[in-house]
Amino acid sequence: MSAVIDHGHAGHDHHHGPAKGLMRWVLTTNHKDIGTMYLWFSFAMFLLGGSFAMVIRAELFQPGLQIVQPEFFNQMTTMHGLVMVFGAVMPAFVGLANWMIPLMVGAPDMALPRMNNFSFWLLPAAFTLLVSTLFMEGGGPNFGWTFYAPLSTTYAPASVTFFIFAIHLMGFSSIMGAINVIATILNLRAPGMTLMKMPLFVWTWLITAFLLIAVMPVLAGVVTMMLMDIHFGTSFFSAAGGGDPVLFQHVFWFFGHPEVYIMILPAFGAVSSIIPTFARKPLFGYTSMVYATASIALLSFLVWAHHMFTVGIPLTGELFFMYATMLIAVPTGVKVFNWASTMWQGSMTFEAPMLFSVAFVILFTIGGFSGLMLAIAPADFQYHDTYFVVAHFHYVLVPGAIFGIFASAYYWLPKWTGHMYDETLAKLHFWMSFIGMNMAFFPMHFVGLAGMPRRIPDYNMMFANFNMISSIGAFAFGATQLLFLFIVIKCIRGGKPAPAKPWDGADGLEWTVPSPAPYHTFSTPPEVK
Amino acid sequence: MSRHPHVWMGILLWLVFGTAQASWTTNMTPGATEVSRSVFDLHMTIFWICVVIGVVVFGAMIWSMIIHRRSTGQEPAHFHESTTVEILWTVVPLLILVVMAVPATKTLINIYDSSESDLDIQVTGYQWKWHYKYLGQDVEFFSNLTTPQAQINNQEAKGENYLREVDNPLVIPVDAKVRFLITSADVIHAWWVPAMAVKKDAIPGFINESWTRMDTPGTYRGQCAELCGKDHGFMPIVVEVKSKPDFEAWLAKRKEEALAEKELTSKEWTLEELSARGEKAYATNCASCHQANGEGLPPMFPALKGSSVATGPAEEHIHTVVEGRPGTAMAAFGKQLSEVDIAAIITYERNAWGNKVGDMVTPKDILDFKKAKE
Amino acid sequence: MSTSTDISRLIKRLVVVVVLMFAFGFALVPIYDVMCKAFGINGKPDGTAYEGTQVIDDSREVRVQFLATNNADMSWDFYPEGDEITVNPGGVNQMLFVAHNPTDKPMTAQAIPSIAPSEAAAYFHKTECFCFSQQVLQPGERVEMPVRFIVDRDMPKDVRHLTLSYTLFDVTARKPPVAQVSQ
Repeated sequence: MSAVIDHGHAGHDHHHGPAKGLMRWVLTTNHKDIGTMYLWFSFAMFLLGGSFAMVIRAELFQPGLQIVQPEFFNQMTTMHGLVMVFGAVMPAFVGLANWMIPLMVGAPDMALPRMNNFSFWLLPAAFTLLVSTLFMEGGGPNFGWTFYAPLSTTYAPASVTFFIFAIHLMGFSSIMGAINVIATILNLRAPGMTLMKMPLFVWTWLITAFLLIAVMPVLAGVVTMMLMDIHFGTSFFSAAGGGDPVLFQHVFWFFGHPEVYIMILPAFGAVSSIIPTFARKPLFGYTSMVYATASIALLSFLVWAHHMFTVGIPLTGELFFMYATMLIAVPTGVKVFNWASTMWQGSMTFEAPMLFSVAFVILFTIGGFSGLMLAIAPADFQYHDTYFVVAHFHYVLVPGAIFGIFASAYYWLPKWTGHMYDETLAKLHFWMSFIGMNMAFFPMHFVGLAGMPRRIPDYNMMFANFNMISSIGAFAFGATQLLFLFIVIKCIRGGKPAPAKPWDGADGLEWTVPSPAPYHTFSTPPEVK
Repeated sequence: MSRHPHVWMGILLWLVFGTAQASWTTNMTPGATEVSRSVFDLHMTIFWICVVIGVVVFGAMIWSMIIHRRSTGQEPAHFHESTTVEILWTVVPLLILVVMAVPATKTLINIYDSSESDLDIQVTGYQWKWHYKYLGQDVEFFSNLTTPQAQINNQEAKGENYLREVDNPLVIPVDAKVRFLITSADVIHAWWVPAMAVKKDAIPGFINESWTRMDTPGTYRGQCAELCGKDHGFMPIVVEVKSKPDFEAWLAKRKEEALAEKELTSKEWTLEELSARGEKAYATNCASCHQANGEGLPPMFPALKGSSVATGPAEEHIHTVVEGRPGTAMAAFGKQLSEVDIAAIITYERNAWGNKVGDMVTPKDILDFKKAKE
Repeated sequence: MSTSTDISRLIKRLVVVVVLMFAFGFALVPIYDVMCKAFGINGKPDGTAYEGTQVIDDSREVRVQFLATNNADMSWDFYPEGDEITVNPGGVNQMLFVAHNPTDKPMTAQAIPSIAPSEAAAYFHKTECFCFSQQVLQPGERVEMPVRFIVDRDMPKDVRHLTLSYTLFDVTARKPPVAQVSQ
């Protein structure tokens, strides 16, 4: 097998196009092919996780149990979280990294192409395993995406073992992807491309990759400990054997908090390329952006217990984690101010990537505000585990991660496909997503403050009006994403041919290659002044 | 400056919007304790700080989006750095954070106050109900959801306190420091009463502490706030705050009732009486899993209708209810329910939904069963 | 370019890393316990007997409350003989807990102690406790189990009451009891 691939490499100069047929995709080591597969996979997972969310919102449309029983409802909330986090957001960013990092740093491919192929193909296996649990006797995971012990150990359905192995596979995939990104960025930059000349997307991904390598083993560790508790008689998380269920939460959130930044930092990077392009003005404060990203990443290791303010932490602990969490607002604020200053006195146009980016900045900041409120420990006693938290993290993740991904997709679609996408439809997609998203998630602040706990299938009438509005917004947002699918397919199949640089204000090596980007680019490294 | 107009205005508004208002609630309750009010003030302070920052930042962005567009013929500027400005917007937010941290720290220290309490109550979370034990008072009881399954399944109109009503509310005295010792018997739950601003996780094997001093009598409602399995949404908390004499009277009555309950054990029961009582007790304790129609939710929660246990020998049926089925979701109810209720439930199960055993299990049978084990 | 010796050396190193990480996973519980003890997190007291002795501090009284909770389906009767006692820091005190196995099977139980407020856990020393070992009770057997403890003289002055809570877990499935003649 390796001989065949080596042969392919030897014959490199004669071999410009991709192989034909299905095996092209199974065996490919080309960063563009793998990037494409990651993006399609992530979109499929986005629709799957979204359909779970539709079930949740349909059940919550009105008080009373109408559509599903509580047992299945819990499986839906769990699977929605897992599929969106590990299946939609993370692979989408890895896909963008695969496509764009080599093009941005002037590399011919990712540094470790065969590992790249393997890390992608682990994902369909992992998610097949995970989703298959829904059809098992006793049902799929029903303990929330945070799977707190002992609900996820002693009291879990039998399918929890499949869940654990699925998480292991996702972990392997993410770590390999991260190693690949680091190796590519550190070794394959074009001559003259110093670290401080790299586009911010590359910078944020470099930092994200280090975060991934630091915390994915922690996640793997915590599920392995669960596995041993369930099957091999250990008691890491069982008080009966001298263990501690709270230990689970510490370990989980030591992974979980950096994970939040893993899902948002690459979006920061992409938006930092898109806003200058459409403001036709260089990014304000490039250096401080890099430092702000690095400090957010470092601080993310020191704040995990703010997810656990109610487990009974002593006063000094609460104060430490409260202060540390509030500090994160500083570098995040710097980034927001920098984006706003980049727009200031620019010459702006509002194509779809810019619309999504501006919405990203504003709505993500709203999520940041509620995050700041949640950081205040005494107030968190009222917010914790209510819909206020649900509103908060959806404001951070939907306009943050998801809008960031949409902005990137529209921004680079011409480069990927060689065609311009349909701008009118894209704007429609934006406005419907924007309205649907706000309608779905803004009322959740209200019901949360009014006292509605999260993860409940049924509620008192006092929460009814806002829940109905939320559900309608969620259906609209969900349906709108089919429009995105249509736009992308339309763009692949045809449209106005895209020039090498379709955006007049754009800057960067990726715009120096033709559109669509040829199968092999930068076989000879470009020179960066 | 009479306060009356406010009061009348308030009453008028309440009359007009009365019921509708409740379902449009958009904010946290200020609650009924000093702590909850300081938490509320903290919440509002930070909210308004965020609003001001938001208005400034978003205002600037929107202004810029209107003015600095290519269609208005704007030429792009070229600045891309300013150390002064960047230092400024690092330092200013830092100062704002300090301003927020000061009241937050004060409130937190106040919450961690450990002075003596007037009453200690152990709160234990179960799948899916709460248990309250008044320490040193010989009073303890379970607090179950009383919303009928028919309301949940939309066969009946939902009451005002749908899913937020229980059979035995927690009763505490007003103006007294009540300490809660919170733990769990199975998975992690969280005991939350918004009016107290108390939310503490109930963790199996560990004891957590919290306290409150309610200053207004009334009924306050909360819910379990940590996902604890199937019926996480169906284990509310209801707290009745009574004046001290009322509380004492309640406590005394509660103790009497416990005695009376014991006497019921020796009463002569008829099948109809027991079945009637059993139907109610079944709805509270059994119906969420085995369902009101006895058909269960297989495979996790088996049907009782026509089951070998519910139609077989009474001995086996009693054994199952009293001691549970280890390794399954079937809990041991021997310690959770009175002999009368256990006997009533068993009798009901043996004679409902077409189960026609026709026999009757009396409270004395349950007592004998328990005694035989000693 | 890499040779096969390079690769095998790399693999050896990676294997060592994997073993170390696995060991670290197991070390987490003791590390966590040490951290919790050092910082007074989570009210998890020592699992071993305290060997020291202290001089009684007559100037101060601490109320110690006792709780007994049965986990999930534990069918034993389990309760302290008294609800609370008032003690002087430094002195050795005792409380008896009663356990009774009403079932017709021998059963093994493990009592897990916890202390509130959690900051006080580090100042509560047990010189003898039934929680140090598992308890096996034959059908119908009833025992009185002592816990002897010292409240540390150095406990912060603002702690005026302590709660010692035991949760009784049924560990019969994990440690099947050996049928024995009851004592």
